[in-house]
This record gives sequence, C-alpha cells and structure tokens, in this order.
Amino acid sequence: MPEEPEFVQLLTPEGERVEHPSFAFDGDDEMIASMYRDLVLTRRIDTEATALQRQGELGIWASLLGQEAAQIGSARALRPQDFAFPTYREHGVAWCKGIDPVALLSLFRGVDQGSWNPLETNFGLYTIVIGAQTLHATGYAMGVQRDGAVGTGDDDRDTAVVAYFGDGATSQGDVNEAFIWASVFNAPVVFFCQNNQWAISEPIDRQTRIPLYQRASGFGFPGLRVDGNDVLACHAVTKAATQRAREGSGPTLIEAFTYRMGAHTTSDDPTRYRLSGDLEHWKLKDPLARVHAYLTRHAGLAEDFFADIEAESDVLAHRIREGCVAMADPHVLGIFDKVYAEQTEELAAQQAGYAAYLDTFETQTGAHA
Amino acid sequence: MSTITLAKALNDGLRASMEGDAKVVVMGEDVGKLGGVFRVTDGLQKDFGEDRVIDTPLSESGIIGTAVGLAMRGYRPVCEIQFDGFVYPAYDQIVSQVAKLHFRSGGRLPMPIVIRIPFGGGIGAVEHHSESPEAQFAHTAGLKVVACSNAADAYWMIQQAIACDDPVVFLEPKRRYWEKANLDREAAPAPLLSSKVVRDGTDVTVLAYGPMVKTCLESAIAAAEGGTSIEVIDLRTLSPLDLEPVYASVRRTGRVVVVHEAVVNLGIGAEVAARITEQCFYALEAPVLRVGGFDTPYPPSRIEEEYLPDLDRVLDAVDRSLAY
Repeated sequence: MPEEPEFVQLLTPEGERVEHPSFAFDGDDEMIASMYRDLVLTRRIDTEATALQRQGELGIWASLLGQEAAQIGSARALRPQDFAFPTYREHGVAWCKGIDPVALLSLFRGVDQGSWNPLETNFGLYTIVIGAQTLHATGYAMGVQRDGAVGTGDDDRDTAVVAYFGDGATSQGDVNEAFIWASVFNAPVVFFCQNNQWAISEPIDRQTRIPLYQRASGFGFPGLRVDGNDVLACHAVTKAATQRAREGSGPTLIEAFTYRMGAHTTSDDPTRYRLSGDLEHWKLKDPLARVHAYLTRHAGLAEDFFADIEAESDVLAHRIREGCVAMADPHVLGIFDKVYAEQTEELAAQQAGYAAYLDTFETQTGAHA
Repeated sequence: MSTITLAKALNDGLRASMEGDAKVVVMGEDVGKLGGVFRVTDGLQKDFGEDRVIDTPLSESGIIGTAVGLAMRGYRPVCEIQFDGFVYPAYDQIVSQVAKLHFRSGGRLPMPIVIRIPFGGGIGAVEHHSESPEAQFAHTAGLKVVACSNAADAYWMIQQAIACDDPVVFLEPKRRYWEKANLDREAAPAPLLSSKVVRDGTDVTVLAYGPMVKTCLESAIAAAEGGTSIEVIDLRTLSPLDLEPVYASVRRTGRVVVVHEAVVNLGIGAEVAARITEQCFYALEAPVLRVGGFDTPYPPSRIEEEYLPDLDRVLDAVDRSLAY
C-alpha cells in the first residue's frame, strides 16, 4: 500500500466539500447531480457487462469499477471538439462522449474490433497495446496545431486532446516518447493517467520509484496528482489542463490516484496477488458514495432523485443485455473488405476463392447462408 | 525529358505532392534543415515551412505513432526512417496500428501514411545501415510495400504512394540514390502496384526489385554476349504482388531466377516461387531458383561485396536453371 499522497481533493470521502488553493469546481449542485447520474449509469454498464461475460455472452470484459470518478470527472470537462484517445477501460469516458454502451460490447463479444466512428464521436478506438494511443493523441494534437485550432480564443474552435492510459503504461517507450513529442512541439494534449495501483498483478512500485505525476517535470511540463475518486476534483483539474492546452500552453500530466476495485479483466484473479484489506480500505473512498452523501446532505436531494436514477439504470441494463445478445456474428467473407481503403486484386481473389470454397458446402448441404 | 538522380527524382516527387495537397507533411530525423542524410528532402523545409517538413525527435515509434494521429486529423504524413535497421523501434506502431486501423475501425479510419525506408547494402556502412526488411512488412496484412529501382519510377511512385489512401512502405535503394536516368514528366506513369518488364528475353526470366534490378540488367547484358537471352522483370510492388506479367514470361521461358539482397529464407522470393509453381507448373523446365542474402546478419562492410548478390551469382543461377 503506497503512502497517502498529497493530491487535489475537492470532495472528501465523507461527502464534504473542501477548498484547494489552485483548483475549484465551477459547476453547481445540478451539475453534480447530473455527474452522479453518469457515475451510477457507468457503474451499471460495467456491472451488466461483467454479468454478460459470466454468462458467456462476452469473451472478456475489462471492468472500470472504482475508476468511475476519474473518467466521468475528466470527460465531463471536455468540449465537443476535444478528442479523447482511450485504453480499453474507458467506458465512462465513452459514455460522456455519447458512445452507445451497446457499441462498447462488440469488441469484447468478438464480433468486431470497434464499432463507433472515431471521427464522428471524437473518441478513438479502444487500444489494447499498452500506451500506443498516447502517440496517436500527440500526433492528433499536432494536427490540431496545424489546423490553427489552438489559441484563437474561440471556445468552439480551440481543441484539446486527452490521452488516457494507466500506471503500467508509464513504463512503455511510447508513453515516454509521447511526453517528449508533446513537450518539444508544445502540443495541446493532456495526459490523463489513471493510476489504479495495479497492472494486472504488478503493483505500482514495479513501475516507478517516484510519484508518477513528478515525471512530468523531467519532460518539461506540469504534472499534478488528483484524488481519482473525487469527481469534482477530476473535473476541475482536467478543465484547467484542457483549457491550458486549448490556449496554446502545451501539455499537462494528470495522475488520477485511484484503485482498481475489480480484477484486471474477467480473466484475472486478484486474490492471488493482493490483500483483501486493501480493497476494504479503498471501499471507504468509493467515488459514488461520497457524491451520494453530498447530494443528500448538502444539496437537499430526496430519495426519489436516487430512485429515478436506479430505475433508469435498470432500463439501461436491460437495453444493454438485449443489444448484446442480439448482436449477430459477422460473416467471414467480410474480413477481406476492410483491410485496405483501396482493395487489392490479390485480396479480392482470395475472397472470391474462399467464397467459391464455401459455396461447395452450400451445394452439398444447403446449410451455409 | 531530363536526366536526374534517383534522390533528386524523389525530391521532385515529394515537392509535387506537397504542392498538390496542403495536407501532405514530411516528417523524420534530419529531414528539415539538413534535407535528410541522403538529401532526399533537400530544400523542402525552406519552401514549405517547419509545420510541413518536421524535424522530429530521435524516436522512430514516435514518428510513426504521431503520424497515425495526424492521419486521423486528415493529414497525409510521409515519414522518413533514416536507415532500414532503425525501423524496428517503430515496428509495433507499423504492424499493430498503421496496418490494422482501417480494418479495426471497420473502414472508418484510412491511414494514408507513407513510410520511406532507404534499404539494402553496398555503401560501405556500419552495421544496421544495410538491411533489407521488406519481407517483414510484406507479411503484414494492411500494408502495401513497394520498391523503386530507378529515378523515373521513383518520381512517379512516391507521388502515387502519397496519393494512396492506404499505408505504403516505400523502399528506396540507397546505393542507387546517385544514379541517373531519363525522366519524362509528361509521360503517363504505370500504376503503383504493377510490375514491369524492363528487358525482353526468351531463355530465362529473372525477377528483381530495388537495387538488384540494375544488377540483373547487367547480368542480362553479360549473358547476351554468351548467347543467353534473359528477360528481366522489376517487381516494383512486393505487397500486393503483381505476377501476371511474370506468369506470362515464365510460360514462354520455363525458367525463373528470383534475386534480392534480403535473406532467402522466407523472403519475397519464396512467395514468388510458390505462386509461380501454382500458376505455371506445367510450363516450368526447372525449379524456381533464388539468389539472395545468406541466413546471417548483414556482414561487416569490408566483405559486403562478397555477401551481396552480384552479376556472377545471378549468372550462376541462370546457368543452373538452364542445366535442368
């Protein structure tokens, strides 16, 4: 267990608002209530997806349990034109970017490798090779610079890019190269690291000897650590960092200090490498409970508000389940079509050859449709 | 018609593409002020500015990884990898991202990225500067892999590669950079993904690409003096392969030799031999023979001329083919 860190916190685990000298949450209670809704629905998406995996409808699922505040807080700070590059665990960011949760499942069900349009949603494909997307984000940000979409003062034009990654990714060369490129080109990118303390079975001390956010200074840009279970603080620091990027002041590293409450994926068994006491410790810092406490105690929200969200989450879960089960398997001949933007004669011939082969079965049995 | 070196032809081709499309950006190590270590990008930064001709950090994965992001933003990056042996740090980004993003995105994310790689040996360089990694990229679905062999082709092929909406690994025969050829800028170029008969012959078909095309043409001239007629085909595109002209030739000659600098084991020649066997089995008078690098790392430069396929080794293979 790492030592308790110094970090930006605006809402305590008990649900009390606290001041920070540099950062403040600029929304009202209505916005906090709407973020609470996002937190609950995102957790429900995750719970339902985990259940679908257990029932054999998904091949695997990467749970975000415990990281809801880091994702909702940061993603709610983005403007529509801001582009987010995710890992494979950013279900809360996807939710805020308007991705249908059903669309998240197709990758994990094995029917495709990403079913949304990144160019229409400003949300990249889930990226499984650890850290690769941080370079894509930096390159995209360099394109933003070349488009003159930085530092114009036009809130609808100036664009920030956010690269999401985890503590394990900080050991990858690509992440360190992305830091260098973003720094020397002053690219409008925010590096949002969810330090959930674990890279499958490897604890954070196998990735670093110093707090991760401190690495930023070596690359020449600011870094800070935020309570990753505090949705208000995550929103405030991301809003400041993205605004800084849009203004042309360059990159920021945000380390959201959080905890992976569940397994790495549904294939993982964390009881083999970590203590149940740690989990109990972090349960006291739950990202949803503290907002619930605040809204009840200080915003005067009654039980029917929470009941409505629960009812909405039930409907959402039902829709996710139905959408998942209804997903048809792709046809094998389709794999030849999207390898290239400009199809090759060679591949078209392979496709035709395999189609002819399949037709021989159809002729024999009539079974292949 | 003008006479021009291969390096200058590439430079002119890059310039034409940049003039024609403001989204074309050139990026790489030393490509800006220096104009590239082979001067292929000479003068481009001066004319197009630092935003379009980017001197990058020494970070090959960074070059390719940021090119992915630029492509997603609508740009057409032309990445220079300084030497063949330096491409491996970018291998993951090339294979897992550049090659697969169009597929993974269901066709929503085209990757119009050109990866220029000076390849092959023969310039007396230290290690990691003389390699021929083309088979590794040709083996990766989602990439197109081409190799130019002369200035005229280089001028057109680089422009065609940049215009292509798919990622193209563009191999440049570095020891031929300074060789001149006639370039007719008014002529209609052959399609990018096409092979080309560069010398007609009747006895043996010799296939090559990149730096070995010249070697094979010289072999054909020498063979002609001895009464053997060699047809030389420049493959030009390695993935996809364009083998119809090859099959047509083999059906006439019945004998084939494939030549490349890269190691023979699992190289382009192996794939070409397999396909010729499938398509021309009854026309063959001899097995398809391969001339290429040995299954060793590229040797120290003092003995590279012995390692590299040369006129004599090509003719030796031609003789062995004829002996069947």
